[in-house]
Amino acid sequence: MVDDIEVMTAELVANPGSLIFLELGETLRRRGQLESAVRVALTGLEHYPSLLDAHDLYARILSDVGDHQRARQVWTQVLHGNRRHLGALKGLAFLCFWSGDADGALDHLETALAVNPADQSIVQALQTVRAMEPHSMADAPTPSAEPVFAGLDGAERGILLVDDRGRVLGGRLEGAEGADVSEHAAAYLAGAAQEATRTARMLDMGAWHWVVAESEAGNIHASAPAAGSLLLIVRDRGVPAGRLTMLAERAGHTARKWLDGQQL
Amino acid sequence: MSERFRGVLERMTRIGGVRGALVVTADDGLVVADALMEGIRGNAVAALAANLMKRFNRVSNAATVGGLRFLHLQADGGTLIIVPAPTGVLVVTIGGPEMNVGLARLEMLRAIEVVE
Repeated sequence: MVDDIEVMTAELVANPGSLIFLELGETLRRRGQLESAVRVALTGLEHYPSLLDAHDLYARILSDVGDHQRARQVWTQVLHGNRRHLGALKGLAFLCFWSGDADGALDHLETALAVNPADQSIVQALQTVRAMEPHSMADAPTPSAEPVFAGLDGAERGILLVDDRGRVLGGRLEGAEGADVSEHAAAYLAGAAQEATRTARMLDMGAWHWVVAESEAGNIHASAPAAGSLLLIVRDRGVPAGRLTMLAERAGHTARKWLDGQQL
Repeated sequence: MSERFRGVLERMTRIGGVRGALVVTADDGLVVADALMEGIRGNAVAALAANLMKRFNRVSNAATVGGLRFLHLQADGGTLIIVPAPTGVLVVTIGGPEMNVGLARLEMLRAIEVVE
C-alpha cells in the first residue's frame, strides 16, 4: 500500500494534472492520513474545479474528519451537477443515517440502487438502515412471527409482501439453495414496480395491474394488492401463468385483509 | 435485415388488439424496427420496455430463478409483452386490454427466429 502511495505520488509530482490524485486521495483517506488526503484533494480541485468525483472525494474526507455540515454541502452540490452521482448519494445517505434521519437515508440509498442495482454495498446499507429504522418493519412482527399467508400454497417459501420502499412486510422467499432471499428480492421489487407504474402511465395504459414473467427456472407474478404494498409470487416453471395469477389473486386478498388489520 | 423484421412485425399487428410491435436493443432501448399504429410513440415504448425488462430481470435474479424469457405487463388500458432474443434485442408488442396474448406470444416467438 505504501508502495502504491509512493508510485501514485511520484506520478502526480511528474504530472500535476494527472487524475491519479483521485485514487491517491482515496487511498490516503482509507489509511487515515486525512491531512495528506485533503491536500491531494484540494490540489486536484485546483486543476479540475468542475470534476464531480473530485468534490466527492473532498466530501468523503470532510466526513471522515467529522465536518458533516461541509460534507453535506459538497455532496449536495455534486448532486446538483449529477443527481445520479453514486458517491454523493451514498455519502448523503450515510450523513442522514448518522443524524438519525432514516427516511432520508433510505431515499438516497434507493436512488443509488436504481443507479447501480448490482452494487451490493447499497443493498447491504439498505438492509442495515431498514433494520435500525425507528418504527420500521423491524419493529413490526417478523415474517416468521406473522405468517400473513398461512394456509396458502408455498406461503413460507414463495410469497412475499413488501412495502413500496422495498421493506419486507410478510411472507418469505426462498432461493434455489433454500436460502432466504426475501430482503434481496424486496429491494429490487420496489424499483421494478415503480418502473411498471411509469411504463403504464407514459404509454397511456392507466394503472398497472400485474406483471407476469417467465424465467429460466421459474415464473414470477408481481402486483400491488393495496396502495403502498407489493406482492411477489415465485413458483417453478411447472406452474403455468394462469394458475400463478389465480394464486396471486388469493394472496392479494389475504394481503389486503392483513394490511387492513394492521391499520386498526 | 430491417425488411425481414418489418414483415414479421406487420404480421404481429394483424392480431386482434395489437397496436404495435417493435424490435429494440435490450441494453439501451433503441428501436431497431417497428410497425406501429398511428399515435404510438415507438421511442417511448422501446425505452420503457427495455428498462422494465432490466428491472424485472433483477427481481428474477434476486429470486434465483434466472434471466427472463417472457414478460407481460397488464394495465387498465393496455398490455405490453416483451420477449428477449439471444442476440441482445427484445421483441415488444403493445396492445389494448383485449389483445390476444397467446397469439401475440406465438408470433413473437416466430419473430425471434427471424431476429436470430
